Amino acid sequence: MAEVTMRIWRGDASGGEFASYTLAQNEGEVVLDVVHRIQATDAPDLACRWNCKAGKCGSCSAEINGKPRLMCMTRMDSLPEGPVTIAPMRTFPVIRDLVTDVSFNFVRAQQVPALLPPPMPEGGYVMFQEDVERGQEFRQCIECFMCQDVCHVIRDHEGNKQHYAGPRFFIRYAELEMHPLDQNDRREYLREEMGLGYCNITKCCTEVCPEHIKITDNAIIPLKERVVDAHYDPLAWLGRAIRRKRKVSAADADVQPAP
Amino acid sequence: MTDTYEHHDYDVLIIGAGGAGLRAAIEAKQRGLRVAIVTKSLLGKAHTVMAEGGMAAALGNVYPEDNWQVHFRDTMRGGKYLNNYRMAELHAKEAPARVLELEQWGALFDRTPTGKILQRDFGGHRYARLAHVGDRTGLELIRTLQQKVVSMGTDVFMECKVLRLVHDDSGRAAGAVAYWRATGEFVTFAAKAVVLATGGLGKSWEFTSNSWECTGDGHAMALWAGARLIDMECVQFHPTGMVWPLSVRGLLVTEGVRGDGGVLRNSEGQRFMFNYVAPMFRDETAESEEEGDRWYEDHNAGRRPPELLPRDEVARAINAEVKAGRGSPHGGVFLDIATRRSPEFIRRRLPSMYHQFMELAGVDITREAMEIGPTCHYAMGGVQVDADTAATAVPGLFAAGEVAGGMHGANRLGGNSLSDLVVFGRRAGMAAADWAESGGAATSMDGGEVEAAVAAALAPFEREAGESPYDVHHALQQMMQANVGIIRTQSELDEAKERLVGFTERVNNVRVTGGRAYNPGWNLATDLPSMITVSRCVTEGARLRTESRGGHTREDFPTADDRLGTLNFAQTCPGGAWDGEYRIEESPLLTMPAELKALLEEAH
Repeated sequence: MAEVTMRIWRGDASGGEFASYTLAQNEGEVVLDVVHRIQATDAPDLACRWNCKAGKCGSCSAEINGKPRLMCMTRMDSLPEGPVTIAPMRTFPVIRDLVTDVSFNFVRAQQVPALLPPPMPEGGYVMFQEDVERGQEFRQCIECFMCQDVCHVIRDHEGNKQHYAGPRFFIRYAELEMHPLDQNDRREYLREEMGLGYCNITKCCTEVCPEHIKITDNAIIPLKERVVDAHYDPLAWLGRAIRRKRKVSAADADVQPAP
Repeated sequence: MTDTYEHHDYDVLIIGAGGAGLRAAIEAKQRGLRVAIVTKSLLGKAHTVMAEGGMAAALGNVYPEDNWQVHFRDTMRGGKYLNNYRMAELHAKEAPARVLELEQWGALFDRTPTGKILQRDFGGHRYARLAHVGDRTGLELIRTLQQKVVSMGTDVFMECKVLRLVHDDSGRAAGAVAYWRATGEFVTFAAKAVVLATGGLGKSWEFTSNSWECTGDGHAMALWAGARLIDMECVQFHPTGMVWPLSVRGLLVTEGVRGDGGVLRNSEGQRFMFNYVAPMFRDETAESEEEGDRWYEDHNAGRRPPELLPRDEVARAINAEVKAGRGSPHGGVFLDIATRRSPEFIRRRLPSMYHQFMELAGVDITREAMEIGPTCHYAMGGVQVDADTAATAVPGLFAAGEVAGGMHGANRLGGNSLSDLVVFGRRAGMAAADWAESGGAATSMDGGEVEAAVAAALAPFEREAGESPYDVHHALQQMMQANVGIIRTQSELDEAKERLVGFTERVNNVRVTGGRAYNPGWNLATDLPSMITVSRCVTEGARLRTESRGGHTREDFPTADDRLGTLNFAQTCPGGAWDGEYRIEESPLLTMPAELKALLEEAH
């Protein structure tokens, strides 16, 4: 059986370097299998994050040969001949080896104004398949955060993280905005606080999405249109100008709290 | 003690962030209490995310004749009557409300033409009953609950692994000791009430659908803390796991494939399930392929095909076909939906399965049959609880979800797990909140227990020589797969029992190298005592249950035994030491009220 060389980044926040491991290649293996075999033999403390090993949980994101991929869904025989390089996602601070601190995303999740539905009628809500389908597309997101990793706005400009939600959360906002039951309005909040305008629709996020969600076309562009419509509507502008005087935080203007 | 380690105080501490833990948190948080969720993974990654087919609830949206009574009956029959009847009753009654409330929190289920929640067929359910979103229902459930929990401002401690429960000086649950995976530093949580929602234990077997997290931590910690584990011998081997390539062997293939028309064939192309219909299910199962096919269109035009018998029946049949030499090239059988449904239908109804086979096995399921075989999937057994409150034998300790036992008896029906999580997660959250407010709760933690847990966790670093935790784990998985698998027999179980004594010694001699920060070898070393504990309990229960019932099949006792059908085996750990003595005793089933008994006897 052929051998393969894995070049895996080892280190922590203080620095690190690539270490090479050479081992036999087994038929049908994915990258995560090989990482596990290295853990079980040469490097028992090699840190990587994983859970389901089935492409469903989005834990094992890493940059394989420079491209963000799920280690559990990348077959070794799909990669070109030669050494395979695995590095942690670059946009997030390293904890150790392949494990990064993705808490940025969990902070952004806390800031999403929740669904605000009308009271539920007896027997449940009536919604039609064609009305839930778009939201269902966005809810396929497994939160692998590879779209965040690859987004230039935060990958290349650390400072932008302060005022940018990123593609994962734009599809979350889009899902809520297009939800048949939702009565909240997050458009101004998205523009002012979540940095929707920073996205220049290069579609890098869409390209890396393992769930093939059309992030740019189906979520970000329609959101941008809605935000523009809301912002440049003269009546809405007048309303904002009056309200702004007593506005204490972004979250209390057009956006209502969760039920 | 509280000066030595990072310390937190809460009213309700919830261990585990899958469906049950999150639902418990919502309930306790709504009461205005201080609630913490501690999870050894990131939020939203728990094993719940892997559930595929749906959540069972008698909403009656597709078949209006469905109701809680029929759901109750199906659950009890599926469990071969070993269930805690009161749990099955509460589950059947409350599941519809629990499904509907998810939509208030943002869930988007697939719809019927009239805009209601669509329901799909699954094994053992008389009517199409599973609310679902394609084949990613678990993702929808966990995301909905996660988003609700976050919007309520609940404290979530991620990648923080609980090592031991801690009592107060009078034996009440008082909190837990844990460690941060990122730094390796210890942390203590004091709480008035503790809810265990730690999920399953499949990682003691070699071929399993379970994620790495399913190491039986909660089962083990509850046992060590003084709770009772019941029905541990009842482990479900799901009939359809992937068998090839080897690296994904065990990965789940949803029962929805069969619910949506897929059939099982052997190497001769025969639909062999018609040869394996047990007498108990004969009246309600189709006799011919034509009758089974009519049923898919209209459940009143024929009886259900035998591919949709409960999981234990199907798994045993597959096992028998392979043994008889009629298996597929890689030791499974064929699951065929390609010849029965259009490619568009398959891709719409089963998108994850399409994706999973295409990317991992290079198989296009719209054109070819899948190769599948049984995989260790679910623990019916678990912590014995009071049905109404999820309370365990330890005051202040509650358990919900897969870690709790009783709800599913000897075999769980597909779809009953997700509904179990929200029904009993909510009840555990309510009861934990009641306990926390009652004034009877613990107010101090036993410092000695904390120190003992920390010392045990650090011991593998201090050994100068010793075995790799990975080697011990792998050997354990192979041994359990070989000796305590889907078909069991006395001599193999006896051998397993003896070998587990050796494994206990090996775990006490494990050596970990490297630092404490995010060290997966160390984390595995802390999982091993739990895995050995649950392996011991499964083996001991299987030795004593000298009959075949549900998920527990004895080659040497192939039929059910009436007397054993009236009792659970309950296990305890009197000294609290994981490597010490455990006891097992017979524990009679609850007596079912006459009106519920009558439901079981009704013709279908």
